[in-house]
Amino acid sequence: MKIHTKRFAAGAALAMVASLGLAACGSDDNGGGGSDSDATTVTFLPKNLGNPYFETSDAGGEKAVKEFGGTYDEVGPDTAGPDAQVTYIDTAAAQGVNALIVSANDPTALCDSLNAAREAGTKVVTFDSDTDPECRDLFINQATAEGIAKVQVEMIAEQIGDEGEVAILSAAANATNQNAWIDMMKAELEASHPNIELVDTVYGDDDDQTSFDKTAALLADHPNLKGIISPTTVGISAAARYLSTSSAKGKVALTGLGTPNQMRDYIEDGTVTEFALWNPEDLGFLSAYAGKALADGDITGKEGDTFTAGDLGEFTVGENGTVLLGDPYRFNKDNIGDFDF
Amino acid sequence: MSASTLAPLAESTATRVARNLLRSRELAIVIVLALIVLVATTRRSSFLLSADGWRDTLLAPSILLLLAVGQMVVVVTRNVDLSVGSTLGIAAYVTGKIFVANPDTPVIVVFLAGLGVGAVVGALNGLLVTVFRVPALVITLGTMYVLRGALTHEVGSERMNAQDFPAHFEKLGTQQVLTIPVLTIIALVVVAAVGYYLHTARGGRELYAIGSDPDAADLYGLPSARRVFGAFVLCGALAGLAGVFSAARYATAFSGTGSGIELQAVAAVVIGGVAIFGGSGTVWGAAIGAFLLVTINRALPILGISEFWQGAVVGALIIGSIVLDRVLSIRRTHKLIEARDHA
Repeated sequence: MKIHTKRFAAGAALAMVASLGLAACGSDDNGGGGSDSDATTVTFLPKNLGNPYFETSDAGGEKAVKEFGGTYDEVGPDTAGPDAQVTYIDTAAAQGVNALIVSANDPTALCDSLNAAREAGTKVVTFDSDTDPECRDLFINQATAEGIAKVQVEMIAEQIGDEGEVAILSAAANATNQNAWIDMMKAELEASHPNIELVDTVYGDDDDQTSFDKTAALLADHPNLKGIISPTTVGISAAARYLSTSSAKGKVALTGLGTPNQMRDYIEDGTVTEFALWNPEDLGFLSAYAGKALADGDITGKEGDTFTAGDLGEFTVGENGTVLLGDPYRFNKDNIGDFDF
Repeated sequence: MSASTLAPLAESTATRVARNLLRSRELAIVIVLALIVLVATTRRSSFLLSADGWRDTLLAPSILLLLAVGQMVVVVTRNVDLSVGSTLGIAAYVTGKIFVANPDTPVIVVFLAGLGVGAVVGALNGLLVTVFRVPALVITLGTMYVLRGALTHEVGSERMNAQDFPAHFEKLGTQQVLTIPVLTIIALVVVAAVGYYLHTARGGRELYAIGSDPDAADLYGLPSARRVFGAFVLCGALAGLAGVFSAARYATAFSGTGSGIELQAVAAVVIGGVAIFGGSGTVWGAAIGAFLLVTINRALPILGISEFWQGAVVGALIIGSIVLDRVLSIRRTHKLIEARDHA
């Protein structure tokens, strides 16, 4: 029954989009840059609707748009696919929205549509997942590799008292981003935490069973192990599940990158003290303000431009039209209740 | 004719026992399994002798046990089911969905739901294989992708997390009775029941006959299509049950749950001495193969073997068991020819 309603809703949404597109075509004198009213129109286009992560980020965007008195809208496909977003981009351009905030399903497949929208006067901001730099005005980057590496080292150092043996539980051995983070964590440990010894790096292949086995082997192999860092969401939840049912619970610290929904039970039962990820709500909030700054002509998206994003403060555009949200966000017992993604 | 087949039975008891022991493929894997556990425990006593180690040694193979038993029943009919990983993923996700809808659902209901979901998938495979007479390898390769695609479409990037499963269900994942994990007990009951059926029941023996020579089985009037269909349904149902096990043990389910495990199930069956072209092998063998495969993966990191070599070790084990099978079968053929020539 549920499936049927969902399908129906998808069909209805499609039909609506189609008619909107037709309507926009019919009155093209309304199209083109700028809007009739003063309110800045901001449309969020996530990878797909119904995804808790994007629901959180778009809620942040809505909050920002309300704050500066604009008009907020959210559209998107049911499922993520390389070109599923094209029709929505075309529609937004035809409607002449001031700013389109996109999390791109594909770095190149959307380029033609996005550039057509920009020519029509819509400012394009990507967040979470970027397109090629020439297809958008700004990219709001959730975190840098340096920031991700640093926050994980800091958390483990705090949790084990800045000394003792730690190990890393990674995803696949050939995962580029994982290896980049691991190298930076090693450098950071050597530079700032001489009393912490990294004794092992194991690979759970983002598979529950393998991550389980590797966690168990780490505990058996290193009786003095004080902590485990898992910079992968599958790894950290599998390791947390294993630790929570083993005698090492509470004795071996676990931290890394995870989502609040995945880790909530393990934070509550004390297996995990703190873990990190960026805050998608802030990400959406900043993206909306960036869109407004572009639409108002305050910035053009070139390096060195600065703009203010409400409570988050002032941001500077970096290389390649990229704005960095900041340090990763730490989730712990005190704030995990505020998040649902 | 009949004299020649009877002749080997006239041998002395001692030679017969010796040959039976040699023929017992299961013994070879049991020895390898025992050796691995022994060496790993010598190196780190906690591998078996700590509370966690003892539990993990018994608990870790429970999921693959179910898959291997189901796979064995299909393989013995000269078929194969590659869709069990996708079936497991779907069942694990359905389990999560049931608990999200009603956290107080009795555990028995999700077990039945898992079995049911799996049986439906198995029936689909069985129908396609028996009605269209297309090789099972192709059919189940197809359903593997179709089902995984459908699951990914439905689930997207959503995950079932620990918070979605009620505590009593999560507890089941590690619960022990007299230090034996409950999931392992269930899996062993399944092994015993299916093993007994295959060994003694008429339907079970017919599965061997069909796999041994499908044409002869047809000519003889065996209900081949019905039996093969039944084998696929059983395999699917057990894969569905394995999905519930997976949800209980890992307290998570996402679109990728169980992907790749189908090959482990086939590997366990082959290592367990079940002929990939059907007709011979035992459920016990497949079960011990599953135990061996999982235990090796747990033991190798402790033995200090680099993870990059672990796949190679498993591969060598598969090739080794095939070679062993071949050697044993050649030796047996020689013995039979010898017996015939003497008669």
